[in-house]
Amino acid sequence: MHPIVSKAQLSPNVTRLVVEAPRIAEIRRPGQFVIVRRGPGAERIPLTVADVDKAAGTISLVIQAIGKSTHELTSLNVGDAIQDIAGPLGNPTHLLAGGHAVCVGGGVGTAVAYPIAQALAANGVHVTSVIGGRSKEWVIYEQELRAVGDVVVCTDDGSYGRPGFVTEALKELCEAGGIDEVFAIGPVPMMRACSELTRPFGIKTTVSLNSIMIDGTGMCGGCRVSIDGKTEYACVDGPEFDGHTVDFRQLADRLNTYREFEQAALERWTSEHAGAAR
Amino acid sequence: MTDNLTLAERLAAHLEPLPKKERMKIDRHSMVEQDALARAKNFAEVNLGYTEQLAILEADRCLQCPKPYCIDGCPVSVNIPNFIRLLGEGDVKAAADSLLGDNALPCVTGRVCPQETQCEQVCLRGKTGKPVAIGYLERFVADWAINHRDAFADARPTPTGKTVAIVGSGPAGLTAAGELTKRGHKVTIFEAFHAAGGVLIYGIPEFRLPKDIVQKEVDRLVADGVDIEPNSIVGKTFTLPELREKFDAVFVAVGAGLPVFMGVPGENFKGVYSANEYLTRVNLMGAYNPDSDTPILRGKRVAVVGGGNVAMDSVRTARRLGAQEAVIVYRRSRTELPARVEEVHHAEEEGVRFEFLTAPTEVLADEKGWVSGLKCVRMELGEPDASGRRRPVEIPGSEFVFECDIVVAAIGTRSNPLLTSTSPDLKVNKWGYIEVDGNLQSSMPGVFAGGDIVRGAATVILAMGDGKKAGQNIDAYLRGELAAPQPEAEPASATARGH
Ligand SMILES: Cc1cc2nc3c(=O)[nH]c(=O)nc-3n(C[C@H](O)[C@H](O)[C@H](O)COP(=O)(O)OP(=O)(O)OC[C@H]3O[C@@H](n4cnc5c(N)ncnc54)[C@H](O)[C@@H]3O)c2cc1C
Ligand SMILES: Cc1cc2nc3c(=O)[nH]c(=O)nc-3n(C[C@H](O)[C@H](O)[C@H](O)COP(=O)(O)OP(=O)(O)OC[C@H]3O[C@@H](n4cnc5c(N)ncnc54)[C@H](O)[C@@H]3O)c2cc1C
Ligand code: SF4
Ligand code: SF4
Ligand code: FES
Repeated sequence: MHPIVSKAQLSPNVTRLVVEAPRIAEIRRPGQFVIVRRGPGAERIPLTVADVDKAAGTISLVIQAIGKSTHELTSLNVGDAIQDIAGPLGNPTHLLAGGHAVCVGGGVGTAVAYPIAQALAANGVHVTSVIGGRSKEWVIYEQELRAVGDVVVCTDDGSYGRPGFVTEALKELCEAGGIDEVFAIGPVPMMRACSELTRPFGIKTTVSLNSIMIDGTGMCGGCRVSIDGKTEYACVDGPEFDGHTVDFRQLADRLNTYREFEQAALERWTSEHAGAAR
Repeated sequence: MTDNLTLAERLAAHLEPLPKKERMKIDRHSMVEQDALARAKNFAEVNLGYTEQLAILEADRCLQCPKPYCIDGCPVSVNIPNFIRLLGEGDVKAAADSLLGDNALPCVTGRVCPQETQCEQVCLRGKTGKPVAIGYLERFVADWAINHRDAFADARPTPTGKTVAIVGSGPAGLTAAGELTKRGHKVTIFEAFHAAGGVLIYGIPEFRLPKDIVQKEVDRLVADGVDIEPNSIVGKTFTLPELREKFDAVFVAVGAGLPVFMGVPGENFKGVYSANEYLTRVNLMGAYNPDSDTPILRGKRVAVVGGGNVAMDSVRTARRLGAQEAVIVYRRSRTELPARVEEVHHAEEEGVRFEFLTAPTEVLADEKGWVSGLKCVRMELGEPDASGRRRPVEIPGSEFVFECDIVVAAIGTRSNPLLTSTSPDLKVNKWGYIEVDGNLQSSMPGVFAGGDIVRGAATVILAMGDGKKAGQNIDAYLRGELAAPQPEAEPASATARGH
């Protein structure tokens, strides 16, 4: 059991839960994730370890409520507990030893990018974060990222920061030159657009793939992705890959496998919890 | 024990004597089964078990051979005539004591052992007719024991103060845990999943091995003092060298859990599953229940590639999930099917179709990426290969398409490098399986290994045999009575990778 020690609403659909998981807090490295199962009957879902507090023995999970499992998790409160947390899983981020890195975060991907930016900065890398959201209230992790480097905020409606998509800001940075690596983390179309954008500049671009997982240990093959035409398992070979080699079309397609089930499950859940769901 | 003595005992127990001639007249009793049409739609257990009366009648068929071949047929040498004799005398408790002394999980092996190639294959009665139903009797006695737990006094051993870590909670890990606990050592099992049982809970389906039986066995170990640490992936959450430092000895029993795909184009289309994923979703995550949070695609026409137990379990699962047509695609012929005979038989009764001498060449999909068919080619048997079986070769021009919406690859598993790749001192062979000496000790002193991670995908009873042997040898090691690892010694296990 992993008690929830604090909870914060970061944007209309993103919640941060700080939970007790001392062993994972002690050893996880940036880029790694955990598999979470709320309780009996629940699904196993992967979530990135956004931050840790070794002394307190806690980890932060930043969760975007999109389907039943994530709604259920984000409706838990301080004092509740998550039954199963397994990890840390996946390979840690390969960190540059210096130079200039740009971390692009879209939506909840910003929280996934944060531990990477933090670790890069600690390694002496100059970090520029480009983060975005629909409007001001959807922008998350701005302060945390400012603490480790420069931040460019973009909003689709121009209500905060610069108007437009993160890709436009990234393009300008690429044109200005001097970038050693781009980390792009967010929805599949955004990661694909960033990778396409950096390709002509020849800038190494790392993406973190969010394929569907069960075990997270390489035993089911459900998370498979095509990398340079070769099948790899996102959970053990990734989750980070070279964005210029990823078959994003296939990834997006496979993510749709259970759409009907997911919609039905969410509808059932929301009707049972009328009012609780946002 | 002589035949005469046994008969004398029988005379005392029964009102009428039962001479050998009489016993020879009794036909094998089949087990009551759920009706094939009904069960193809539910996940309840197929075999319903013997009644006590049927069990005792079947026990009467055993000839109590002075030279019981059946024992030699059992990989862990269960004293078969002894437990059957006690059962025949109506003393089920004594029969259970005898059986449990040889086999820690008879409720499992009685259900899943390939008896027809082991104990029952060499049973003397099989020479002239049908062998004694050893598996059914084992299951009967074991289930009785589970339901009469109170009849068995817990022997509380004196704690030795020694600690042992077991990695993996499949049959090998559970058996070793029992052996070590019996000897007073403190056991902690580290399991990657959120639940214990290994293949017994995530692989073998409910209709063949009910999960609550496995759970009861796990609960018993916990009651005896075994600690289980779920969600602990050794190689990630902990490393083997770390466990070796913290514990006085380690037993590695992580199974062979890496799926193998077919290596044909189109394998990443939506609707292609590894058997591991398919069965894990359905069994461990309960996806057969429409209310479960874990979804599973329910195909109308399902092709399962492979011919082993895993393939049979997958295809029978597909039928239960509502497939109108569920087909086994196997590249060799019926005689080479590695699955248990009973599973093949049950699958056929449930309406599963078999395409023998057929191999997949490509998975086809519609314009939205959903599986629409499996392109196959017919095979014929050519020259024998390394395994002695005739190698299937393609018949040119014999391609055809089986229209389907789900394809399940059940063509085997390999070793998962997660643990071994983070244990630099642990020697593995070229396939990634852990190398052990005759005592099951690995190249790391105090680290033992057994089950599928040593043998390659094998059987439950072989894994349990390893668990028992490892438990005994770890005990000897902890008492300082075991030799150091013998790297050059003959490996303890023959590799059995039959697919
Ligand atoms: C390595 C990794 C790290 C991730 N980190 C985070 C994170 O830090 N914060 C966060 O909010 N999300 C994260 N995700 C995504 C998160 O796991 C999914 O959003 C979640 O599983 C959706 O579950 P659901 O039942 O709420 O939604 P569903 O209704 O089941 O699905 C909604 C969407 O999520 C995808 N999805 C469904 N089931 C799974 C599954 N078992 N595994 C992965 N994706 C699935 C589906 O493709 C679908 O597009 C991560 C994913 C991966 C692979
Ligand atoms: C679908 C299916 C049907 C089968 N049917 C039969 C049958 O009818 N009869 C028969 O005799 N045999 C059958 N088998 C084979 C039999 O189940 C296996 O040979 C046996 O389970 C092997 O036991 P094991 O203890 O070595 O490993 P497993 O049962 O594989 O258990 C290994 C355990 O270790 C855990 N683990 C793995 N890696 C780690 C790690 N790094 N850290 C912590 N834990 C880890 C796993 O999660 C698992 O729980 C079948 C197998 C399958 C898959
Ligand atoms: S353990 Fe298996 S092989 Fe041995 S007697 Fe029992 S059923 Fe037969
Ligand atoms: S070989 Fe058959 S008949 Fe003989 S003792 Fe064994 S089970 Fe009984
Ligand atoms: S999640 Fe099962 S192999 Fe990656």
